[in-house]
Amino acid sequence: MSDNATLRRPEQAETSPRATEALQPPVDVVEDSAGITLYADLPGVPKDRLHLHVEADTLTIEGEIALPAPEGLEPFHSEVGLARYRRVFTLSKELDAERVAAEFVQGVLTLRIPKVEHAQPRRIAVQVG
Amino acid sequence: MFYRSLFPRDVFAELDRIQRGLQQGGGDLSPSIRGSARGGYPALNVGSTARSVEIYAFAPGIDPATLDVQLEKGVLTIAGERAGVLPPKDAPATVHIDERFSGRFRRVVTLPDDVDPNAVEARYTDGVVHVSVQRKAASQPRRIHVQ
Repeated sequence: MSDNATLRRPEQAETSPRATEALQPPVDVVEDSAGITLYADLPGVPKDRLHLHVEADTLTIEGEIALPAPEGLEPFHSEVGLARYRRVFTLSKELDAERVAAEFVQGVLTLRIPKVEHAQPRRIAVQVG
Repeated sequence: MFYRSLFPRDVFAELDRIQRGLQQGGGDLSPSIRGSARGGYPALNVGSTARSVEIYAFAPGIDPATLDVQLEKGVLTIAGERAGVLPPKDAPATVHIDERFSGRFRRVVTLPDDVDPNAVEARYTDGVVHVSVQRKAASQPRRIHVQ
């Protein structure tokens, strides 16, 4: 049963989500008139192991956990059982993916994605009569 | 506050994990007297070496001033508060996803009997509280010389 992994073709292994098992970080997403703010919890990820990609309309957040561990550490209780986070979002076209601003402090990623100028709200005068 | 699952995985990975647990003879599924051990905030990993017990609490975005780590009678408590980021109800903003924990938290771990309450170190890095408790020297393994 455990031989399944070796039976998988390599190109399949790369695209299969199970090949790169990952934890799904919890997020908050808030939208206001000027853009969207996304907050994601990625505890244990140092700055240099956080990877953000925006490709076409897909935003990918990935991070690898690196914890200081003394030699010979044997885990006996693990609630965080994998060392990788990954979550993918689809952006909509009124968001300006070119101007994403990111901040990463103590395991919390804050992404600000502004809306493109013409998508920002305008008050529409309602004519009566 | 009830908090579902901190880091959900995909269903297949979860089934794999359960199956592995069953194969290894149950894993750590036995319930604790302090209630459900899993799914709380912060998530905990605990491990040990011959010389120390290492506790990792995955608590991102905490103001270190609100962190309270105590060791009393072999019980380690990690408590604190995490400020919310969501806008007030009357703000002109829409919350699309609301999964992250906010508010006060407290988690408790029972440590082995041989830990030394005077040799504890706690450090907060990359959103993880790492507590390292030394074991008492007497219980550390020693090689016995055979004459």
